[in-house]
Amino acid sequence: MVSTRLDLDPRLTVTARELAARAAQPVIDLATRHTTVSVERAVLRLAGLAGTDPVAGEGDIPWVNRVVDTVREQVGLEHGVALPVWHAITSGAAHDLDDVAEQVGAGTARFTVPEGTAAEQARAAARAASARGIARIDANRARRDELVALHGDPPRRPWIYLIVATGDIYEDIPQAQAAARAGADVIAVIRSTGQSLLDYVPEGATRTGYAGTYATGENFRLMRAALDDVSAELGRYVRLTNYASGLCMPEIAVLAGQERLDMMLNDAMYGILFRDINPVRTFVDQRFSRMVHARAGIIINTGEDNYLTTADAVDEAHTVTVSQLLNERFAHEAGLADWQIGLGHAFEIQPDLPESFRLELAHAMLARSLFPDAPLKWMPPTKHMTGDVFRGYLLDGFFNLAGLLTDQSILLVGMMTEAVVTPWLSDRDLALRNVRYVLDAAGGLSEDFSPPPGGFIDRRAHTVLTEAVTLLERIVQDGLLESIAAGTFGITKRPADRGKGLDGVARIAADHYNPALDVLTEKADD
Amino acid sequence: MTDEPTVVRPYGDTTGDGMVQTSFTLPVPPGPRAEGAALQLAAKMGIEPAMVVHSHGIGAGFTFFVVYGSVRHLVDLAEVHVEERAYPLLSPSEVNAAVKTGLHRKLVVLGACIGTDAHTVGIDAILNLKGFAGEKGLEYYRELAVENMGAQVTVPELVARARAQRADAVLVSQVVTQKDAHLRNTREMAGAFREAMGEQRPLLIVGGPRFDPQMAAELGVDKVFGRGTTPGEVASYLVAALTPAPTPAPTPETTSTDAAQEVPA
Repeated sequence: MVSTRLDLDPRLTVTARELAARAAQPVIDLATRHTTVSVERAVLRLAGLAGTDPVAGEGDIPWVNRVVDTVREQVGLEHGVALPVWHAITSGAAHDLDDVAEQVGAGTARFTVPEGTAAEQARAAARAASARGIARIDANRARRDELVALHGDPPRRPWIYLIVATGDIYEDIPQAQAAARAGADVIAVIRSTGQSLLDYVPEGATRTGYAGTYATGENFRLMRAALDDVSAELGRYVRLTNYASGLCMPEIAVLAGQERLDMMLNDAMYGILFRDINPVRTFVDQRFSRMVHARAGIIINTGEDNYLTTADAVDEAHTVTVSQLLNERFAHEAGLADWQIGLGHAFEIQPDLPESFRLELAHAMLARSLFPDAPLKWMPPTKHMTGDVFRGYLLDGFFNLAGLLTDQSILLVGMMTEAVVTPWLSDRDLALRNVRYVLDAAGGLSEDFSPPPGGFIDRRAHTVLTEAVTLLERIVQDGLLESIAAGTFGITKRPADRGKGLDGVARIAADHYNPALDVLTEKADD
Repeated sequence: MTDEPTVVRPYGDTTGDGMVQTSFTLPVPPGPRAEGAALQLAAKMGIEPAMVVHSHGIGAGFTFFVVYGSVRHLVDLAEVHVEERAYPLLSPSEVNAAVKTGLHRKLVVLGACIGTDAHTVGIDAILNLKGFAGEKGLEYYRELAVENMGAQVTVPELVARARAQRADAVLVSQVVTQKDAHLRNTREMAGAFREAMGEQRPLLIVGGPRFDPQMAAELGVDKVFGRGTTPGEVASYLVAALTPAPTPAPTPETTSTDAAQEVPA
């Protein structure tokens, strides 16, 4: 199939990537020098620790939180939890991880940081436990490959991505199955508002989410099983998406790997800019979570669409490109392959602006041409959906057409009732009819569509890319953390010493040991 | 204007034809029975005669309808009560002049999205220099000192900041409305300011696309702005509410919610 591409000036694209790598490097170095409570909890989850302490709080505090907090109180976080926790096991103080948790619950756990031979034994045991956890994730990846081979991929691109969000996993399931039957290739279960800012992952099947359903291991499992059923029925593997963002990115990444989710929202900077999460916490967490996603064969979706909801989609178009380049760099560094990097962008230009559709095409083609092997995620208009549902339906039609013309990979279905109500059954149905009409009527049109060099679209794409390079130069000069603090992305200023979750960050000691990183990096070097 | 009719009907293409169109879904499989059910509903809504101009099944057990027809209800304009703007709309320079002569200092405005609402679109549109609908935001006004605290600010944080900054006005934006979060959050905020500062509390203003502007008193705030509010309207209101005459103070909010609603809820 012929794909639409612009011939971007190679000097610009090479420079852009070099600058992105230089801008990202100090932050990557920073991430390797720190750990967080969530990374350490993820290590325990990977080793199989689950469940909640029935006594602490209202019985909803996960054991991983209780253990990490107790280790931290007793010996600090800077060595990592693996050394003290597995030392408790190898020294005979506890039988296994569950026993460690029980002792924490009973208040009898006494953690120490082992040295010498004892440390070697603890490291070996922790590594073996992590390797078993990774093996489970590997098995899920292999199972996905089998099921895709058995049922097949969607018959065409873009994949149709639909959101479900009732708050109740048992309501979500029939809705998700209905959406799949109606043509959705990817189901995203939106999380409960505010879960980003919870410093723990809720447990079990949940029915009380708020504008969305909590991301929990059990909810993941239930939904994946339901979509496996409908995949078999439809003869098409239906993918499941959730969100590795907020304060628990690393843990949710582990849960996603354990329950065979297929795609995850995972942006390097979203939490900082839009959730006021501490920048260091975010960069440490996103790196670990992406290493897990890489291993799990999960496609990440980045959140560049968000910039355009707070900033002007024309004036600030280059900030999207800059964020895509940084997200790509962070993703590569964490071991994600190009086919796993679902960079985001959105159709958010003011529709009353003359040539707004041509500008949208230019921006979308820039992303397509700059990231030829990335499964780009194309997001529908939200900012200029006014409540005029008729105009909204037309705008969504143009959005669908732009996605098709510019060869986007994943198309998030726009709702004409955006900004009015959470989608009704009929809204989803009408939205899918809109997508199907455009795909059926113009499916091969990108073959006939090649904007001429020097034309409006080509020039606009180069302008945006040039502006992106200029901004990257400034970021390299000022430093990425400093740029974020100064409000370079969006209008928000986010200093590195502020924001939520900062107290969960620790600089690592020389003997720090993270067995999960050990296993993940070893395999990545193969 | 005296002979303007006070009783009107919806207008399709002829005065008085009463034509409306509506769409809805019934949990009934498609077919003649479903269409009959849609006509029954339309009749109960006052649409008679009604035409089901389109229907299609959604999944196995649902049917979507588009219905056109003449609605028998009348609208009595004499019985329509809406809030008229009770203050003059000022230009930025008029706002600046009014603050300067009225207060002899800058008017301090604090803005935030409270609760778990992360949608800063509304507060940013009003406060940011960039503005909204061709009008510059409040940051543009020389005599206004504006601080935007951003998203997910807790109520205690907001109260503490308002006290520290000696804010004259607090603007809160609420976009997420699921399960009436916007109303709950607003009441919580108003209660917290009342408790912490009593009569000394700043002017409390909330805004968002799903607020009813007539709800201010009920929510415990001074002013509610709905969809489409521009920075200039907010600035003009601030002047009216916070600077002494010659600009007249705003009249109390009307609490009437009555409209010529003949259509059963």
